[in-house]
Amino acid sequence: MHTVLESKTKTVIIGEGLPFVMIGEKINPSGRKKLGAEMAEGNFERVKRDAIAQVAAGAHMLDVNAGYPLGDEPAMLKQAIQVTQSVVDVPLCLDSSVFEALEAALAAYQGKPLVNSVTGEDERLELILPLIKKYNAAVIGIANDETGISMDPEIRLSIAEKIVQRAADYGIPPEDVVIDPLALTVAADPTAIQITLETIRLIRQNLGVNMTCGAGNTSFGLPQRAPLTAAYLSMAMYAGLTSAITDAMNETIRAAVMASDVMLGHDAYAVNWIADFRAKQKAAAG
Amino acid sequence: MTPDEILQQMYDNTVLGKVADVTNLTKEGLALEMDPLDMLYGGENKELGGRGLLPALQEVGRRFEVGDFFVPEMLMSAKAMQGALTLLRPLLAAKGEKTVGKIVMGTVKGDVHDIGKNLCNIMMEGAGFEVIDLGVNVSPEKFVKAVQDNQPDVVGFSAFLTTTMPMIKVNIEQLKKAGLRDKVKVMAGGAPVTAHYAEISGTDGYAPDASATARLAKQFVGSDGAVPTGALVDAIAAVENMMSVVEPT
Repeated sequence: MHTVLESKTKTVIIGEGLPFVMIGEKINPSGRKKLGAEMAEGNFERVKRDAIAQVAAGAHMLDVNAGYPLGDEPAMLKQAIQVTQSVVDVPLCLDSSVFEALEAALAAYQGKPLVNSVTGEDERLELILPLIKKYNAAVIGIANDETGISMDPEIRLSIAEKIVQRAADYGIPPEDVVIDPLALTVAADPTAIQITLETIRLIRQNLGVNMTCGAGNTSFGLPQRAPLTAAYLSMAMYAGLTSAITDAMNETIRAAVMASDVMLGHDAYAVNWIADFRAKQKAAAG
Repeated sequence: MTPDEILQQMYDNTVLGKVADVTNLTKEGLALEMDPLDMLYGGENKELGGRGLLPALQEVGRRFEVGDFFVPEMLMSAKAMQGALTLLRPLLAAKGEKTVGKIVMGTVKGDVHDIGKNLCNIMMEGAGFEVIDLGVNVSPEKFVKAVQDNQPDVVGFSAFLTTTMPMIKVNIEQLKKAGLRDKVKVMAGGAPVTAHYAEISGTDGYAPDASATARLAKQFVGSDGAVPTGALVDAIAAVENMMSVVEPT
């Protein structure tokens, strides 16, 4: 199943057997108070720099979030989307849980974006899905519902099924639903990632839809996070994860993703891997 | 082992999160007919340094606060204390210990993050509070009902997302409507919440981390900070909650 995302000029495809899609996570005021404060003041210079740097480092898409305490999120997200699209050509992931912010962002976006996100809660599905259909966008569906986050992979699968079904009811095809199987931190529960991996496996087997997740969650609360996140991504890719919102600028994470693509045959004949090597060689030679 | 050695070993092994060792030490202490309150609070000979379970947990909280300890270490220490409390609980209940105060805690509606809240609960239990944990995704109505039913000294709202932070103010409005705002101190915390935000939302205080939350709660009830006796019978409930922590974004 292929999820097609577009900017004005560029198309990115998320799909099984294809190279993994890294969605750069940096443009998000959570934990970056300076960025948020600047965005709230209408200063988007840091957003521009972060956008350019992430794409230069190899991000295939960028997540854009404008949630900031007391900020005017619809206006901020709209402007962040416009500014980002003016400096990079990759498709974007419009990230908000505020309906008005998503509405403003979708109206401003040029191309076909990925919307982050809807949950399996009836109220959220009824609110967000018509908007997705109206703009012919794709949407991330998080595998939790009114009852919270289940630690049972079968229940997460059933919520994913519900989201895909409900999307279909609104005329949104399954290829435009990207399920987030939920990756929690292994710091708090040694079984957390086993549960995520089993969920990914079940969703691939039963639904066949594409999947994404916030990869950094897995190492929250631990020191030296990048190797942990990288190890998670390698395993999750094997289980069937086809994209992730992650730190594409981190060389450890990026290398793990690219290497896993080679090992899984998703980067056939290591074309991307060798090209990356040549680019580094060239850069080193000056 | 002498009782003094047992208290020191309990402290050391709780800090290190050695679950089986702490349980065995507790059994050994009980066999020597040591006072369970001494095992909890470290007994009289404070000059001997770190002793007992709760001072150990406070030390773990301190190390976490300054960044020397990580989430799994705090959880293992809590688990070690849980093992000891399982043995001590019946004995403490028999003593009918009083608490320094009562706190209702919960993560606001729309938000399912609870690692931070649970760490706060552990530190407040360790400070002698009875903590009533409403869990995650708690509606304003549920908070109001819990305040009505339990008449706590303090209610704490945890919010981890910029989109759920406004629920702090909504909750406070609901408390006002129910005529309860003056009867309870309100505190708030969570990753995106700042002191300024907490203030303009109408809270009585803000705490940036688990240890600070316990200190703030003590200020609210006018506790002098001395280690209290009590509430720890319930501490186990909070520790058990730790085993189901989740942290999505």
